[in-house]
Amino acid sequence: MLKRVHFGPSLLPFLLVAPQIAVTLVFFMWPAGQALYQSLLVEDMFGLSTEFVWFENFKDLFSDSYYLGAFKRTALFSFAVATMAMGIALVLAAMVDRIIRGVYVYRTLLIWPYAVAPVVAGALWVFMFDPTLGIFAYALNTIGYDWNHKLNGGEAMTLVVLAATWKQIAYNFLFFVAAIQSIPKPLIEAAAIDGAGPFKRFWTIIFPLITPTMFFLLVVNIVYAFFDTFGIIHAITQGGPYRATEILVYKVWYDGAVAIDLGSSAAQSVILMAIVIIMTVVQFRYIERKVEY
Amino acid sequence: MKLTKYVLGAVTAAAFAGGAAAQTEISWWHAMGGANGERIDRIAAGFNESQSEYVVTPSFKGNYTETMTAAVAAFRAGEQPHIVQVFEVGTATMMAAEGAVYPISELMADSGTSFDQSVYLPAVVSYYQTPEGDLLSMPFNSSTPVLWYNKDAFAAAGIESPPTTWDEVNDAAQKLLDSGMTCGYSFGWQSWVMIENYGAWHNLPMGTQENGFAGLDTRFTFNNDAVVNRLQSIADSQESGIFKYGGRRGDSLSLFTSGECGMWMNSSAYYGSMVSQAEFEFGQTMLPLDTDVASAPQNSIIGGATLWVLRGKDEASYPGVAEFMNYMSSPEVQAWWHQETGYVPITTAAGVLSAEQGFYDENPGTDTAIVQLSLNTPTVNSRGLRFGNFVQIRDIINEEMEALWAGNVTAREAMDTAVARGNELLEKFEKANK
Repeated sequence: MLKRVHFGPSLLPFLLVAPQIAVTLVFFMWPAGQALYQSLLVEDMFGLSTEFVWFENFKDLFSDSYYLGAFKRTALFSFAVATMAMGIALVLAAMVDRIIRGVYVYRTLLIWPYAVAPVVAGALWVFMFDPTLGIFAYALNTIGYDWNHKLNGGEAMTLVVLAATWKQIAYNFLFFVAAIQSIPKPLIEAAAIDGAGPFKRFWTIIFPLITPTMFFLLVVNIVYAFFDTFGIIHAITQGGPYRATEILVYKVWYDGAVAIDLGSSAAQSVILMAIVIIMTVVQFRYIERKVEY
Repeated sequence: MKLTKYVLGAVTAAAFAGGAAAQTEISWWHAMGGANGERIDRIAAGFNESQSEYVVTPSFKGNYTETMTAAVAAFRAGEQPHIVQVFEVGTATMMAAEGAVYPISELMADSGTSFDQSVYLPAVVSYYQTPEGDLLSMPFNSSTPVLWYNKDAFAAAGIESPPTTWDEVNDAAQKLLDSGMTCGYSFGWQSWVMIENYGAWHNLPMGTQENGFAGLDTRFTFNNDAVVNRLQSIADSQESGIFKYGGRRGDSLSLFTSGECGMWMNSSAYYGSMVSQAEFEFGQTMLPLDTDVASAPQNSIIGGATLWVLRGKDEASYPGVAEFMNYMSSPEVQAWWHQETGYVPITTAAGVLSAEQGFYDENPGTDTAIVQLSLNTPTVNSRGLRFGNFVQIRDIINEEMEALWAGNVTAREAMDTAVARGNELLEKFEKANK
């Protein structure tokens, strides 16, 4: 234990952190507190009558099969998006690492999709796969597959996963390229001299050394799939058909902004908040431990 | 030409600048983007020029749902507009908010503005009246579903006259397929067209308690044999291509305008889109009749939106709101709006004026919507719907119908589930608004 005598009481540190604390309080704690409070209320739309109901909104949610369905869908969706976005990005990054000429051009092109807004990304994919007008739907039709994501839940899910993955690949790619480049060259060269081929070098040297990056990306990707894909889903399927693409965050928005059932919507955001807290804790623990390798 | 424009602009600007200090502002939130948004600006500008006491400022707040949410949120914060445009499915919700809305009848009486409810089309106002006959909100843009058909494709397939019954729709669709098309017909806004209007058209109730008009304890009954049989037959006809589903709302418009489907059932207000997108001769005709269910059609019900007046603004501004409502429903404004957009005129006089101006002669079929709406005196089954939480219930119906089109369930199962899930929301609404 340090002796406290070294530090006399001073106002300065408090003043220095005050702006940060103020920002946190105003923009994070206050709304979060509001959501918590709202989740215990049942209110009509205009807020003319309010009833305090304790945890009834939560109880209703967990007995609602559609809400539990949204949980499962979110898990499936996030898993698919995270694994695909990371897998493809890793392959691309490993490839780029071996390119000698034009590497900047490649890298720049691969990073582009990251600059596309989610809604725009959604719109692009909607146009390509529109059952009537889309070029991919047309191509699928010529080989005898009748694509209609407006009716087929599986196809709708595939489409939103594709769009969400495509958008995230660029981000993952950036991190993988950086991670691979930070591996000391002599390690790889030594392996090459010992006769290890490109595949072996990747699996035995590069892959183990970028696992911390991978874990970081896994968490980021899951958070992305959980929260930032709203725009994509809204643009492509609006959660349909038959709720096949309604993930948790979409349901929060729908119940709050369309149905104006603020109590239930707030309860759902509280649950999402809990999920994020858990994920963040896991991330910090793991990364802190892993950083010392 | 250009010079006069500038001069006019300068004069208007000067007039505004001069009167601005004394004018009371009236805010109007609406959900009409694009060309219709510009038309709204024109209506407001017309009113502002017609008098000097008030200034109406329209602002676009996104789609119907977004506009309604924005107004609700604003009301909670005490920043509500005077007038907000709310779509017809929000009616029950708005009605229940008694402290928040200012019924039109009351507004007109309070401000001493002369107001004759009988000039409005009965099928239009009946949707927005209390059981006592008081008008709650001012009808603004109303439409009704009609059957759009591709005249060129009909001619090529040798179909002589547009279909009037479901059997004829199927025959026509078969002939279209025989002539080489891949799809007979499609429709959009399926709950509105195929459940709500199907019921009204055949004089069948959609729910108990006079479709919700008589009480909050209303429950759905649209899982009747007529609806179920019709939907099942439509679902079965997908295989041969007679029917093709093209998504919610107006998403299936492209199926029609691209020439893939020869017929399309949806709002008469797609007239503007048809004019700009369809590269063929198109026509509109009345919805088909199910001859097994009814011997003659009743009347169809409207969709679209009305203007609700919100309470809590400066008392002195409400007479201006009343004056604006009267201006907006004048025959000239309504006839212009109707002819430009395909929405029905809300007053009989506006329809008469359009006829006098020769609009229907020049554009045959454009009066289909009005004819359909005023076919008969509305019954309890055909004057409109008043269900709480109806925004969500429509989505439930959409979901169940999609499950039917996808072949996951039968029409009977789809409608039974939709009724059961819808009733849960009706109960919830009843509880929250006791």
